[in-house]
Amino acid sequence: MIQTLIDLTRIDGVSGNEEQVRKYIKERVEKYGLEYMTDTIGNLIVKAGGKGGNFKVMLAAHMDEVGLIVNHITDDGKLKFAAVGGFDARILTGQHVRIGDAKIPGVIGYKSIHLQEKKERESAVKLKDLYIDIGAKDREDAEKYIKLGDYAAFSSEPVFFGKDRLKAKALDDRAGCAVLLELVKEKWPFELYACFTVQEEIGLRGATVAAKRVAPDIAVVLEGTTCADVPEVSGHEISTKMGKGPALTFMDRTAIADSTLLRHFESTVKNESIPFQWKQTVSGGNDAGKIQVSGSGVRVLAVSVPCRYIHSPVSVLDINDLENTKELVKKALLTLPLVFDGRQKND
Amino acid sequence: MIELVRELAGTYGPSGREDEIRDVIRKNISGKVDELYTDTLGNLIAVKKGNGKRIMLAAHMDEIGVVATYIEENGFIRFSNIGGVSPVFSLGQRVRFANGVCGCVCYEEKLKELKDLKFPRMFIDIGTNSREETMEYVSPGDIAVFEADTIEQNGKYISKALDDRIGCAVLIDLIRQIKEVKNEVVFVFTVQEEVGLRGAGTAAYALMPDLAIAVDVTNTGDTPRCNPLSIELGKGAAVMIKDGRTISHPLVKNKLIDLAKRFDIQYQLEVIEKGGNDAGSIHTTAGGIPSGAVSIPCRYMHSPCEMVDIGDVKSAVNLLKAFILSEF
Amino acid sequence: MRTDTLLEKLCEIDAIAGFEASASDEIKKYFEQYCDKVWVDTFYNVIAYKKGSSKNGKKIMITAHYDQIGMIVSGYEKNGFLRVSNLGGIDMKALLAREVTVRGKKDIFGVIGAKPPHLFSSDEMKKNVKLTDLFIDTGLPDEELKETVVVGDPVSINSPFVRMINGCVAGRNLDNRCGVAACVLALEKLKNSEHENDVYVIATVQEEAGLIGAISSSHNIEPDIAVVIDVCHGDMPDADKASTFALGKGVPVGVGPAFNRKFTEQLLEIADREGIPTQLCVEAGNPGTEAWAIQVSGMGIAVVEVCIPLRYMHTGAELVNLGDVDIASALVAKFAAGRTVIPSKEDADDSDIN
Repeated sequence: MIQTLIDLTRIDGVSGNEEQVRKYIKERVEKYGLEYMTDTIGNLIVKAGGKGGNFKVMLAAHMDEVGLIVNHITDDGKLKFAAVGGFDARILTGQHVRIGDAKIPGVIGYKSIHLQEKKERESAVKLKDLYIDIGAKDREDAEKYIKLGDYAAFSSEPVFFGKDRLKAKALDDRAGCAVLLELVKEKWPFELYACFTVQEEIGLRGATVAAKRVAPDIAVVLEGTTCADVPEVSGHEISTKMGKGPALTFMDRTAIADSTLLRHFESTVKNESIPFQWKQTVSGGNDAGKIQVSGSGVRVLAVSVPCRYIHSPVSVLDINDLENTKELVKKALLTLPLVFDGRQKND
Repeated sequence: MIELVRELAGTYGPSGREDEIRDVIRKNISGKVDELYTDTLGNLIAVKKGNGKRIMLAAHMDEIGVVATYIEENGFIRFSNIGGVSPVFSLGQRVRFANGVCGCVCYEEKLKELKDLKFPRMFIDIGTNSREETMEYVSPGDIAVFEADTIEQNGKYISKALDDRIGCAVLIDLIRQIKEVKNEVVFVFTVQEEVGLRGAGTAAYALMPDLAIAVDVTNTGDTPRCNPLSIELGKGAAVMIKDGRTISHPLVKNKLIDLAKRFDIQYQLEVIEKGGNDAGSIHTTAGGIPSGAVSIPCRYMHSPCEMVDIGDVKSAVNLLKAFILSEF
Repeated sequence: MRTDTLLEKLCEIDAIAGFEASASDEIKKYFEQYCDKVWVDTFYNVIAYKKGSSKNGKKIMITAHYDQIGMIVSGYEKNGFLRVSNLGGIDMKALLAREVTVRGKKDIFGVIGAKPPHLFSSDEMKKNVKLTDLFIDTGLPDEELKETVVVGDPVSINSPFVRMINGCVAGRNLDNRCGVAACVLALEKLKNSEHENDVYVIATVQEEAGLIGAISSSHNIEPDIAVVIDVCHGDMPDADKASTFALGKGVPVGVGPAFNRKFTEQLLEIADREGIPTQLCVEAGNPGTEAWAIQVSGMGIAVVEVCIPLRYMHTGAELVNLGDVDIASALVAKFAAGRTVIPSKEDADDSDIN
């Protein structure tokens, strides 16, 4: 699973441009001999479950990552860009990126600190003042390599460091994809669709349509979530802690976890003695938000791998959290029929 | 009706945890409708069968609340909001968790300015001294609602959670009053309205009504030095023309206005810039469902002392009754 | 009809967001000139349908919203004044000292007033006016006003249609009547041409109030491909070059996550082949148009977008180049009539997995 994750983070797949990630995952599920389809927006939907059971399960992990999109080329050949998805513009200055299908290398520039006036030095840099420099002489030269609408992804090699820590870009949500790629190999006693969704970072777009196609009764979303166990954050502001196991979300700004599902996962961790934690803040959101209100309603739960410095080229996760996330979801799903089979949908 | 309002408003039912309030409503209407069931998200759906148009009336049964997110070592509970909770209104209030444990909402004393009063600087005290002790009663993820009595005074109901238990009361009163209907009337007590109109949309998707009306409360513009708004307490039920989410469909709003005129039911017209109700998500369900709203004017919304006029509530019942009994 | 005459007539129609009912029949007439089957749906979307010649043709939906921004009466003040709220995103900077028409039992003329500048504090003067600072002065006695106007009546902003030099026109409602004009012109071009695809041309409602028309029509029509025609920002001094487009320099075509890549490429190829100049309009996320809603309708719809650059959006002095309307309609007509390549398995697998 770790090797899969490393492979996945090396691929670029900014929201709206998930093709290469999809290609990788498709090849893997083909190897497993599973049926799959790609829909109009680009979700890869894999039929992983068997028959039986009186409910249908959807697992979702998103393939896309935050990044940049080129929206203007200046006369002197610099590339202006907009942010795809939300991140802190202060991280950008001096980052390395690769642009377009040809992965043209570039760096994000801003005038050197020596040339900044006092006021500029003190204030945060704005996205609109930054540009990507690919070394082009002028606009005409730049246009040989780049066209408007080309996506730029962070360039960041995966590195193992410390104790069981992995640094990489796009851990949100290639971590979820890696777990999902393990889970599809299991024999499931009920209908199960693994959805590798697109465009989560720009508004949960892929999950919106995938949920309508699959029309599940139950959905579990696998996510990379914020982890703020770093200095100068007080206890109640820490969303999750690294190395403490998968995080269960009781609610966030887009969804409230189904209480039956939540209780089932909680008792699973206790029975199986898998470490787990609550996501202790309710900010943010993920695909569960759109899946919950899809069609006539879906029971949802999000299980997350804590990631420090999320939405940056140096996101970090603990590989034990990744393993435990897989274990938890696997064990909880396998016992799902005990909770939901025979349960009347209506009272 | 005060007993019903008191029972509804006093029952625990924050967004996402509507089980208790659903049971209370079910108890109040069971045997009086042709079908009664709960859907996946927890909406309670009551059907009066008929052969005419299918009309959906929606009142949300969830209320705003707070959710425990973190327990401090010395037992204090950090929390966040569920729905539009005002830090100012919550200050000094009592909250109650599902298991009956009550807590006081307080703030960090170092906080100097009112504008800095935000939830991360506030906490709930349940009288415990350590994390372990608190965890016996409250865990992260547990949800509490505000506590306050329901009273009737000077022709008004004053209570917490009139948003939207008063709407639920209106629907229950209608169910009790109506025997036979030509139209098929589906009364939906929706969930998770306060966190984004979530229940109404999924219910509408399953029901596919021809017309829909949300029954909810709306702000007024009749208190000292308030923002200009032409809704007043005691001037009748409000027919929504537009809110922050929806421009009412002409079919629904014109019918309501015509009926109010014909049956001499006191009404006013509602145009507000912000906020939305269940009509917002029903309206855009599938290929669009013509929707509107009948609102009950309510002062001090999302506070423990919301206030509505009893006459306005009656007007709302009469107007909705005329609507579901009329031909389309 | 000449483009300027068509556009002028379309701009005269009042179709304030949420109050399109009265205008739908007028829009219908324009479509009926070139198309046999035109109808108005429950939400007052106006739909023109032209059947394709092939059984294997795709279903193409072309939308342009015909609603306009405006205001709505929210209350009375003594001495003939009305309070108003917005319908759609009005530009507060362009609201002071305007003429309006209140659509009550009968049309009433009014001006938008505010207290005189010397009564605003210097702090207030530094800020933009708010809608609550404004009122409509109808000059009517209160009783007559209350008899004629009720809360909820729509208010439109008056502004003349002006022909300018270099093929430019200015006025109100050009957002998005130029899109509607492009639809009419595209229908005219399609009238006598054979095309394989089933084509639905739709003038949609309530774009300015939450994309209601796009949501309802894409669900009802369930097209394979949707083409959205809407305005984008024209080039203005001091404005960000990346999000504004020169007038008369080609059709801006949407690029980004909201738009289907293969069909956008096809659209650009067609433009190239036909000698229609284009520009690329990059949207990193929500483009703020109907495309955003249509893309996630049902199980997902492939969307492309064709824009018309327009300066001073949401004011009474919106300005466009007529040539841009013509080439936008030409491009859309060619795209709709052209053989649309069915996407390969790589892009979208046709078989459903369920």
